[in-house]
Amino acid sequence: MEVFFSPLSGSLVVAVSWIVIAVLGLVSPGNALLARKVAFPLGALAGLALAAFGLQAVWLPAQSTTLPLGLPDLPFHLRIDPLAGFFLLLLGSVSAGISVNAAGYFREETADRLPLICMQYHVFLAAMAFVILADDAYLFMVAWETMALSSYFLVITDHKLPAVRSAGFLYLMVAHLGAIAILLSFGVMQGGLGDYTFAALRAAELQPPWATVAFLLAFFGFGAKAGMIPLHVWLPEAHPAAPSPVSALMSGIMLKTAIYGMVRVIYDLIGHVRWEWGMLVLAIGAGTTLFGVLYALMQHDLKRLLAYHSVENIGIILLGLGMSMVFIGSGHPAAGALGLIAALYHTLNHAVFKGLLFLGAGSILHATGLRNLNDMGGLIHKMPKTALYFLVGSLAISALPPLNGFVSEWLVFQTALQAPILQNGVVRSLVPLFAAVLALAGALTAMCFVKVYGIAFLGQPREPHHPPPTPRAFHDAGAWEQFGMAWLAAGCAVLGLFPSSVLLMLNRVSTSVTGHGLAAEAVQGSGWLWLVPTAAEQASYSPVIFLAVIVAVTWLTFLLVRRFYHGRVRFSDPWDCGFPQQTARMQDTADAFGQPIRHVFGPVYRMDRHLPGPDDPVPMYRLQIEDRHWYGLYLPVARLAEWASSKIALLQQGRISIYLLYSFLTLIALLVFVR
Amino acid sequence: MSHFPDIAFQILQSVFVVLAAPLLMGWVNQCRAWLQNRSAPSIWLPYYTMAKLFHKDAVIARNASPLFRLTPYILFGCMWLAAGIVPVLATDLPFAPAADIIALVGVFALARVFSALAAMDVGTSFGGLGARREMLIGFLAEPAMLMTLFTAAFISGSTQLTTIVETLAHREFAIYPSLAFAAVAFLMVLLAENARIPIDNPSTHLELTMIHEAMILEYSARHLAIIEWAVAIKLFAYMTIGIALFVPWGIAAAGEWSALPLAFGALAAKLALAGAGLALLETLLAKLRLFLAPEFLSTAFLLAVLGMLTYFLTHS
Repeated sequence: MEVFFSPLSGSLVVAVSWIVIAVLGLVSPGNALLARKVAFPLGALAGLALAAFGLQAVWLPAQSTTLPLGLPDLPFHLRIDPLAGFFLLLLGSVSAGISVNAAGYFREETADRLPLICMQYHVFLAAMAFVILADDAYLFMVAWETMALSSYFLVITDHKLPAVRSAGFLYLMVAHLGAIAILLSFGVMQGGLGDYTFAALRAAELQPPWATVAFLLAFFGFGAKAGMIPLHVWLPEAHPAAPSPVSALMSGIMLKTAIYGMVRVIYDLIGHVRWEWGMLVLAIGAGTTLFGVLYALMQHDLKRLLAYHSVENIGIILLGLGMSMVFIGSGHPAAGALGLIAALYHTLNHAVFKGLLFLGAGSILHATGLRNLNDMGGLIHKMPKTALYFLVGSLAISALPPLNGFVSEWLVFQTALQAPILQNGVVRSLVPLFAAVLALAGALTAMCFVKVYGIAFLGQPREPHHPPPTPRAFHDAGAWEQFGMAWLAAGCAVLGLFPSSVLLMLNRVSTSVTGHGLAAEAVQGSGWLWLVPTAAEQASYSPVIFLAVIVAVTWLTFLLVRRFYHGRVRFSDPWDCGFPQQTARMQDTADAFGQPIRHVFGPVYRMDRHLPGPDDPVPMYRLQIEDRHWYGLYLPVARLAEWASSKIALLQQGRISIYLLYSFLTLIALLVFVR
Repeated sequence: MSHFPDIAFQILQSVFVVLAAPLLMGWVNQCRAWLQNRSAPSIWLPYYTMAKLFHKDAVIARNASPLFRLTPYILFGCMWLAAGIVPVLATDLPFAPAADIIALVGVFALARVFSALAAMDVGTSFGGLGARREMLIGFLAEPAMLMTLFTAAFISGSTQLTTIVETLAHREFAIYPSLAFAAVAFLMVLLAENARIPIDNPSTHLELTMIHEAMILEYSARHLAIIEWAVAIKLFAYMTIGIALFVPWGIAAAGEWSALPLAFGALAAKLALAGAGLALLETLLAKLRLFLAPEFLSTAFLLAVLGMLTYFLTHS
């Protein structure tokens, strides 16, 4: 088939056009309308084009090219293969919705700030596209760092607030820790040949210990960006600090570039996956999942809560990846392919529903000026459209059928159920235990989103304790914002209802990366209606039939009740067991809703609780929950660094004679040792 | 059109479950009354109650949202779907491949989330309290249920409920230690999920202890009737899942009309026994304090996991 653009040149054009849009935003300073009404919609259109090229690339053989840019003798290598195509599809389609939303969201930005935001935003998008397209370590690192820096500047958009500045600093620091580890991993992988193209890294045969070193460096390096424990601490700080569309981009897409990096490096470049690596990934994935959801349940800041859920979902993706590595490493490539497909499917799903939820949080913030759940309530009456989209996102992230979150968790469960084919008895009994962790996390997520939705959108409006500086007229989201959310909500529904086409696409990705796909029976059994991961008699799922039955039966019941009885309704005050005094303050708060979890999982949290005593003049209840990692890991490391630097600072005496003495001693030492 | 008898069978079974579910509820109530030395109500009482409720005008709080009015129907739809998946009278239902055991747990979770949301909709103190407690019970019961079902899935090598039941129904008569663990765990989950003693008491409105009843306090008339009906179907579905997993003998294959009377008789006998057993348990046990419920359910979870590990130990 003759096409106008090949996927590679097409994606390149899109990435370059994002840079052009970025510059366009910058050359018209003071013209906020241009940036908002032209630049962001154009960026969204470019995103759609990128999604189309990515989709095309999944079904075509890999293409590569070399750009004569970069340093002399070190040109940029670009390559698009099914894996890159899949991630470009994710980047393009999700960013399209977010960009449209951003066009509406930034309507209150001042004219001097908006062009700058517009530039950073589109550079960020272009950098992510180049991370995915890069075919040598040099371009990869350049794009990776551009991505980190542009997102850093986006995070500190409100840099006048000290909390935002410190969140940005933390983010930058962890991002660079990760980048160093990734760089070192590339260094190990090249095996002393000095050739950093991915083709050379792929061809290099590493000794098993070195391969493990490269794996560990890449896993923790990319893990820092993905937000797995114990490197997650930046995430709950940075995401709430950024404007909501930026949070959506970071949480929805940027974390996924880290997953891309992991899959690319571990499966493709290092190759020869070992099952021991898989067990490490599984262990960290399980810890990340549980940690994320348990801390999310304790939050009352909506965006912080969503950020902790990103940690949790990264854990679920890691569980899928880990199972896949265990199966591939033990010589069961078909089950391994299923695990990889489940992980990638969840990657896409998380991008869609987390993007949607962050946009919803942004609309709430915009309409009410509130971020604290304890100040909200009854928003469904004021913002019915936003409430509907947010409900879709909440159901999807809670892994409820027939939406998309369920499908990918279902696939992870199906992977775990392949455990009996493993030979090693210990591994075989451990793998289903990780499925148990996933089941627990899924149910806890449902609890958390009942809390979010119930407190924010349902019930009676609460009296804000932290009212916004300027009172807002509560209104529903604007048309641009709504369109962005509707796009992503439709994505949740489509990905949930037609999973087998996604499965076949990911099967192609898996075949190209690992050389193995699903069992032939599964591919044949999967029509558009049926999702069959292994064989039809083992497991199948048909969300369309599922939804059709629920809708039909619900409708039928409704009609029958109306037909045989009546639809009469009387409106009155709530009954509430006959209590006469009912105020909005008597409703559950977000903290109250999480109280049973605090009770059951007490040791997980570091709680600082102040209970009112009997003779307090001003009785008050205060509760602060902090991350144990700070006290167990980060503060000791920080103290150690401070101690070491204070010792090293002893060298600095500030007197010239001492420094001359140092030079003299160095010279002597060199003469003695070097000769 | 060769599938026609199967589909007819499917529809017949679903309708049978929906219509018969309140009868099981009536039977449990009757047994409990006998055991507690009270004069028993009619076994048809649940039907009379629902008929009465359907005739009344619905009273709805002024600030209720559309979600509140939609939820009873969604609950009913979910339970009807569950009734369609579980092999009650026959295996090999044509609809069963659309949803396996994991999707079945998903259906129950969907119903739970909607009922919790509806409970918080009006914004009363009891609604939020009920929703919170229900989700607390749910987050522990759901994984335990999944692990129980996984044990059965490992034994039969499939997550299709119909395949599982066929495998288990035709197994040689031997004791499976893994299934024994799973059965105990399942029983504990059944009690918790259906708001029975020792987790919740279905027959009181004691403010401080109620869970399920607190969630549906604001409902009246037809909405309440539909919810009560859905609750009855849920109990029926759970009992038939338990029967299908642990005592499946006597179940008919699809389209096998001649085996139907036997299957029907076997089901009626098993359900009568199970209902009486439930009444006996509810008479013997006392309700647990709320914060003992997590311990009860984590025991169920651990038993289910033990069952799964036992399977791996005995089949290595």
